[in-house]
Amino acid sequence: MSIQEALKKRILVIDGAMGTMIQRHKLTEQDYRGTRFANWPSDLKGNNDLLCITQPAIITGIHLQYLEAGADIIETNTFSSTSIAMADYDMQELAYELNVAAAKCVRDAIVQYKSKHPNANEKYIAGSIGPLNKTLSLSPDVNNPGFRAVTFDEVVTAYTEQIRGLVDGGVEVILIETIFDTLNAKAAIFAVKEFFRKAGKPELPMMISGTITDASGRTLSGQTLAAFYTSIEHAKPLSVGLNCALGAQEMRSHIEELAQIATCYTSAYPNAGLPNAMGEYDEAPHQTAAFIEEWAKNKFVNIVGGCCGTTPDHIKHMADHVKNLTPRALPILDPTI
Amino acid sequence: MSDEIIHIKPFLRLAGLEPLVIRPETNFVNVGERTNVTGSKKFARLIRDNKYEEALSVARQQVESGAQIIDVNMDDALLEGVKAMTTFLNLVQSEPDIARIPIMIDSSKFEIIEAGLKCVQGKCIVNSISMKEGEAKFIEQAHICKAYGAAVIVMAFDEVGQADTKERKIEICTRAYKILVEQVGFDPQDIIFDPNIFAVATGIEEHNNYAVDFIEATRVIKQRMPLAKVSGGVSNVSFSFRGNDTVREAIHAVFLYHAIKAGMDMGIVNAGQLEIYDEIDPALRALCEDVILNRNNNENQATEALIIFADTVKAKDQNEGEATEEQKKKLAWRSESVEQRLAHSLINGITDFIDADTEEARLKYSEPLEVIEGPLMAGMNQVGDLFGAGKMFLPQVVKSARVMKKSVAVLTPFIEAEKERKKLASIHPNGASKGPAKILLATVKGDVHDIGKNIVGVVLGCNGYEIIDLGVMVPADKILAEAQKQEVDIIGLSGLITPSLDEMVHISKEMKRRGMTIPLMIGGATTSRMHTAVKIAPEYELGVVHVLDASRSVTVAGSLLNKDQKVPFLKELEAAYIQLKADFDNKKTVRQSLTYIDALKNKAVIDWSQFSVTTPSFTGNKAIELTDLSVLVDYIDWKPFFIAWELHGNFPAILTDEKVGEVASKLYEDANKLLNQIIKENWLNAKGAVGFWPAQSKDDDVMVTNGKETVSLHFLRQQAKKTPGQPNYSLADFICPADQNKKDFLGAFAVTIHGIEKHIKQFEENLDDYNKIILQALADRLAEAFAEYLHVKTRKEYWGYAADEELTNESLISEQYVGIRPAPGYPACPDHTEKYSLFNLLEAEKNTGISLTESLAMYPASSVCGWYFAHTQSQYFGLGKITEDQVIDYAQRKNKPLEYITRWLQPVID
Repeated sequence: MSIQEALKKRILVIDGAMGTMIQRHKLTEQDYRGTRFANWPSDLKGNNDLLCITQPAIITGIHLQYLEAGADIIETNTFSSTSIAMADYDMQELAYELNVAAAKCVRDAIVQYKSKHPNANEKYIAGSIGPLNKTLSLSPDVNNPGFRAVTFDEVVTAYTEQIRGLVDGGVEVILIETIFDTLNAKAAIFAVKEFFRKAGKPELPMMISGTITDASGRTLSGQTLAAFYTSIEHAKPLSVGLNCALGAQEMRSHIEELAQIATCYTSAYPNAGLPNAMGEYDEAPHQTAAFIEEWAKNKFVNIVGGCCGTTPDHIKHMADHVKNLTPRALPILDPTI
Repeated sequence: MSDEIIHIKPFLRLAGLEPLVIRPETNFVNVGERTNVTGSKKFARLIRDNKYEEALSVARQQVESGAQIIDVNMDDALLEGVKAMTTFLNLVQSEPDIARIPIMIDSSKFEIIEAGLKCVQGKCIVNSISMKEGEAKFIEQAHICKAYGAAVIVMAFDEVGQADTKERKIEICTRAYKILVEQVGFDPQDIIFDPNIFAVATGIEEHNNYAVDFIEATRVIKQRMPLAKVSGGVSNVSFSFRGNDTVREAIHAVFLYHAIKAGMDMGIVNAGQLEIYDEIDPALRALCEDVILNRNNNENQATEALIIFADTVKAKDQNEGEATEEQKKKLAWRSESVEQRLAHSLINGITDFIDADTEEARLKYSEPLEVIEGPLMAGMNQVGDLFGAGKMFLPQVVKSARVMKKSVAVLTPFIEAEKERKKLASIHPNGASKGPAKILLATVKGDVHDIGKNIVGVVLGCNGYEIIDLGVMVPADKILAEAQKQEVDIIGLSGLITPSLDEMVHISKEMKRRGMTIPLMIGGATTSRMHTAVKIAPEYELGVVHVLDASRSVTVAGSLLNKDQKVPFLKELEAAYIQLKADFDNKKTVRQSLTYIDALKNKAVIDWSQFSVTTPSFTGNKAIELTDLSVLVDYIDWKPFFIAWELHGNFPAILTDEKVGEVASKLYEDANKLLNQIIKENWLNAKGAVGFWPAQSKDDDVMVTNGKETVSLHFLRQQAKKTPGQPNYSLADFICPADQNKKDFLGAFAVTIHGIEKHIKQFEENLDDYNKIILQALADRLAEAFAEYLHVKTRKEYWGYAADEELTNESLISEQYVGIRPAPGYPACPDHTEKYSLFNLLEAEKNTGISLTESLAMYPASSVCGWYFAHTQSQYFGLGKITEDQVIDYAQRKNKPLEYITRWLQPVID
């Protein structure tokens, strides 16, 4: 069953945090390097995306835990797998390979899961495209507001390479997520559209997920939610939604608004509450799930899941809570004004 | 949310930092044209000289004068277009007040357009693409625009050339539409046609029908492709009248009037310089109509007639000045129909002819009421529309209201007689058929300020509501009982001082208790959206709306009284308030405060060892009365006067402001006229009291010696955590501590303006709200000027610590002198109850005639009081929020119950 058909029938669950799960393995610098990068000149600890190459079993294992918890959509571990973000580790050259490897980790996990649960629902691989560590709408230099650390063309080039890797690796959905600067997201959308148009292939469905970073209800680059949605609507995405930044409680009014204006499906995968003074997330699985269930009952969402601080336990609670609820129906597009 | 399925309409949706949705009810969309190097010499020069900061101010000015989109064009042979576009748009993105609105990227070079699209996160409009170089290129460019998520303007241009006739325009637009929708997959609502506006009245006969061609093509395009939009560069049409702005603006207005009716949605215009169609000199308008519609123009007669007229306008402008032109206008409108004359008088605020015109209309219509319901309401609706559209300003609207009232006054006796005759003589409006919606307005108990409330009353009155104004200091019971008795539709509460906020909360609770269902509007200087959301709205669920100013009151009242709009309006508002409340609650927890004890340790550092005070010329208090107010005129700060009229800006710059300068100048002239009369005829007198007393501080208390008695004054200290080196201020810091054993003094003053009531009443009887509000605002200014005047006298003479000070009025307003005069109830010392001590020390009731209400507002309303601090380091500050430990300590110091103190300090307690 295609993801479009599945979304008509039920609320889909996307997986939870990758970073939180990797932390549990308490990996060392040596673990990150593996044998292949044993002599790499820069420090690699913290390059979580690299683990798809150096520790594929760990990444596949985490994906499998989320599948067992009830996730329908599994994200590739590629949040930073672009030449621009990888430059922090001097690994620009590896961007394509990282994406292919990450998609394989998910595929492997799904194969293992299906062998144990032959009758389970279809599972989908979403290629994760992160926001980059450089922004197109803001100047990093307060004395020179017209300056940009990166150009639109450079961002498009980097994203195109990532998309090529993800597609070659076999993803079924492109997920542009944690958007804090809409112009970066527009570069990603541009890259997707031009990649498929030039390749002469049908476009993969896009999921788009922004981040509202403060209580004023705006993105970091200053847009209101409605302005953000208007600015990415041309992607004709499969879904639009919000993730990260705020916990579910703070996200509620925004996701409610989005449910009113979005012509496509809506998604929400909040953090496990707000971080405490130590930077840890301590919202319990049943608490997050209770918020998610209320949204689902109110028909705000079609896809739910978790971001920073959420675990397979959070996802399991969510999946149980939304299992029997009817999803939000797509709005009717009136043909006339 | 219920299970109802949402419908989404195919509107054109654009975005900057905020969305812009173009709906059928959206009037004509103004696209600002001044950020265009080909159209604005000034902008071109700034870009060429690399003065991007100043170039940004051109954009900002467009936004401020009402542009809803800005057109940016960098097509200049001397510029590197790609670089200029990139630099400018990147800079625009860092200016939220500009980046708020969507951008139209305008170039004839596609590479410049693409460079622009790479800089803007919002949804832009590309201006433009066309089939000039064939279909293939058109399709490729459209694909690229689509990939960037932009709407496009398609110029009616194909391989053959630019479309000039109606048929060619329609043909090209239809063909482009088909290609975009069917081959490129463009959303129809994202397509905007520019069917080419060309100059008319050029003397070349083939050009005469250009405007008609555009208008008629627009009509057909909008019928065939209703989701698409039509736009155009309006100033082209009048190109042959370059240098004659009067005629050009008239042509634009007439052209737009017809083009908009035919379906034109948006246009590139000089936002803020649009002439009102109805306001054009009728003779000129008729000529423009002929030229635009190509009537009576067989051998260029219409063109020639307009050219001849244009020359006379020019000649007059040059030779005879504006006065004769004005006079001519004045005469011209007098020859129109009585309905038009009434409307003209209403819109222009002219009372000279209103009695006669009203009488004429009364004789013409079968019943006097029809005059009100017909021409007068029609005129006031126009006023309301013009005000709503930002084409009229508050002082003008208030003048219109005066005309309306005068006209109604002429009719009232006849209406009463008519009722009598029909035996419908019901005095109570309830008995008659359901009349206009009623709005009850009141300034709450304990508060005496009502300028803002009066303005709201006038503006709402202009919009057809019946206003019941209960005046000032109205207790909750009276407001609510009256509201129920009169069956009003909305209650509006006003207040200026902080204790009024509590009273408003109380009233909302009472409304709930009484089971009332009508909505409540909240306004006044002390109120805020935040306070309304956090404190008032939760007490009464049936609609509490904070109204920022008089202009908003109309739309708010409209939404509240419209059956279809009310529920969504309140729902939306409720969501916004809940969000605000959540923000408030969130922010509360992150604010960092010191304990009161730690704050005390971080007091202002003053080296008292070197300190020696100037001894005042007297101690104790002294009454001061001014009968000749002319000495105060130079001390008047005019800025707040204009703000009272919702004209925001600095004085005197506002008098020459591009948008409101004319209105502001007229208001200033009228205010000065009245001011001169007030002074010459001794309408008002100013009473004040000044006093000085030996004083010493201990922590946050100041002990003053008043004769044999010692009086303790109590101040509050900032508790916000400061950056290192920044003290936590208390006013007590500026008085020498007792343990220094040195002499120091504290001063105080209270001033007021008496005598306004009689003249207010006179203006009310003359139905002259305009002068009534001017008088009230002037009295406030005079009280402030008196305070300023006394402060100067104090510094130079009474206290004399700055005997040789020489400062201009501007320096006074910007507070460039030594010493401060903070007022109890205001940011540095927000406890209103300290006014009791101040009044006792000054014997202010006896010396000035000011009394204090239960909320500690001063009556008469035009009064000011405060403390004098003379220390060179004394300065104004805002207390900010304080925490419970200080409140408890303060209650002990004042020897008052904690609940009492908590109630008065509520607004500053964290």
